[in-house]
Amino acid sequence: MSDLSRRQMFLKIAALFNGAVGVLLAIPIVRYVLSPVTGAGKSGYESWLSLGSIDQFPSGETRLATYRNPVAQASDGETADIPCWVRHVDNNRFQVFAINCAHLGCPVRWFPQSGLFMCPCHGGAYYSDGSRASGPPERGLFEYPFKILDGKLHIQAGELLTPGPSARVDDKTPDSTRPPCA
Amino acid sequence: MRLIREIGNWLDERLQLGAPIRETMQHPIPRDTASWFYVFGSAAMTAFGLQLVTGILLALIYVPSAGEAWNSLQILNHQVSLGWFIRALHGWGSNFMLAIVLVHMVQVFLFGAYKFPRELTWILGVFLLLMTLGMAFTGQVLRFDQDAYWGLGIGASIASRVPIVGPAVVKLMLGGPIIAGATLSRFFTLHVFVIPGSLMLFVGLHVLLVLKVGINEWPMPGRLVRRADYLEKYHTMTRTQGVPFLPYGVWKDAVFSGVILLAIAACALYFGPFGPTGQPDPRVIQTAPRPDFFFLWLYALLSLLPPSLETPVLLIGPVIALIVLLVLPFFSGEGEKSWKRRPIAVLTILLIAVALGTFTNLASHAPWSPVMDAWTGAPIPAKFVSGRTPLQIHGALVFQSKQCHNCHALGEIGGKRGPALDAVAVRLTGDQLVRQVLQGGGNMPAYGKNLNPAETTALVAFLETLHPSGQAAARDAFLRPGEQP
Repeated sequence: MSDLSRRQMFLKIAALFNGAVGVLLAIPIVRYVLSPVTGAGKSGYESWLSLGSIDQFPSGETRLATYRNPVAQASDGETADIPCWVRHVDNNRFQVFAINCAHLGCPVRWFPQSGLFMCPCHGGAYYSDGSRASGPPERGLFEYPFKILDGKLHIQAGELLTPGPSARVDDKTPDSTRPPCA
Repeated sequence: MRLIREIGNWLDERLQLGAPIRETMQHPIPRDTASWFYVFGSAAMTAFGLQLVTGILLALIYVPSAGEAWNSLQILNHQVSLGWFIRALHGWGSNFMLAIVLVHMVQVFLFGAYKFPRELTWILGVFLLLMTLGMAFTGQVLRFDQDAYWGLGIGASIASRVPIVGPAVVKLMLGGPIIAGATLSRFFTLHVFVIPGSLMLFVGLHVLLVLKVGINEWPMPGRLVRRADYLEKYHTMTRTQGVPFLPYGVWKDAVFSGVILLAIAACALYFGPFGPTGQPDPRVIQTAPRPDFFFLWLYALLSLLPPSLETPVLLIGPVIALIVLLVLPFFSGEGEKSWKRRPIAVLTILLIAVALGTFTNLASHAPWSPVMDAWTGAPIPAKFVSGRTPLQIHGALVFQSKQCHNCHALGEIGGKRGPALDAVAVRLTGDQLVRQVLQGGGNMPAYGKNLNPAETTALVAFLETLHPSGQAAARDAFLRPGEQP
């Protein structure tokens, strides 16, 4: 074996060695980068959060409420408090709608006079029960599952609801015609 | 003077950069490329340089924390001496950089500069355009205000529509399940480290290729590019009729770059910095988020597309556009370079320019957005209510109080989401008006549950008065004149 080919073999071994070290380092790096995705199964992403006493939500009316992001950090500032619309249908039957339009996530506003939610961005409109009235949304407003504990309204929330396949929350949500959970 | 030369020589003995720099500066370029049409690339680089400098200056004060960012922008605007001007330079520099990059791309395309042997230069340029757009979007997020907050929600809503991986992409983009501090941190990382680093690398390669392959010669109609003999012809041309890059090519670049810097400074001085708009407090929902200028066309597109086409266009459109741009130099790498003999190329540019211009113009009016406060803030013009009966006046009140005005204009005032109602009585009979109000349809919500019979009667009585004085209201053709239904 000539000296040159010996050195070339050493170079290959060195390259392989570095490749192996690279892979070893890549595993924690990739896991770190993907942690927002892989952490989805852990607790905190979807928690039962209190919106306060049910007395704040008169029967037959729709009111704005705020919940605190269950995984809030000190650096979140004002973004940790997230609004939602609470509709008290009657007799402790509620509907809690996400603030985000089902089209592209802009904040919808409730107009009690005409009984409509309107979106300021692309003009989506929804009826008082959250079903689609007109405009570009392909579905009704997103709903949070709710329950009543010790006279307080709780919702299961913590994730931004988007029109993609992740946001089929209302498939598992009790609709207003079903009896309340509690 | 002697000392400076001696220090220079001392440095160059060690660095040995003098000779290659001199050679680069003196390399021959085709005489007719020392033209005002060839100044956009260097101007884009100058604008990028300004962005680097002003960006570093802003980072001295800016706090990349969701709880602090908005306040630090206020401090820049109002407390730090000339902080507002540096912000304005950075904001206007961004707009100019994007505009120049687009002009540069159009010029390169119309001059056939993407053809053999400059395919790779074009491909790197396409990525440079994407990165510049990426800088614009991430920069808009760093101006952490209401528009940025809800803009992130829009971005997430678009990303969520990607099949299978959509939800994962959203969480990766937001740095968690929801827009929060981690979201701003990762957009800061993108805007300040990842994209500028890649931009510098790609700009370096892009310029290196221009020097190595040579600047595209002025296209002459009928002078076709062939892989077999192009390089030989090009080198003969630069050898026989070439002029040194310095000073022939450089002085126009330098003048134009100076003009651009001056224009950016003038805009910054006159118009001031962009925002920030309201605080990024999600509880403040009295907001109508708008994207920055260069994304307005997308805002229009998302409003005007039929819902069923939206997701395919959003997800497949950009991929097709990117593929077209990337394979262009391979698909038409030879042949005619001159725009005078490439009518389809010219028409394509015109079509894209007209489409983007139209969408941008529409988005600055946003007729598809309801005017959320028209029902309280925009009164019905007097001519539509004067001389009306009490029932009709009551109908006008119903029109306001039920937010009809948010979507329907009267006398150009109010929303344009639905048709203007100045002459609605000419189009619809009373019965048809009742049906339309109660049942909705054609993009109008049904008001059946929210109007009692008295309100409906009054509203329709008012609507029936809305016809020009010389034009009769519509009537049911099955009824005899004067007969009531």
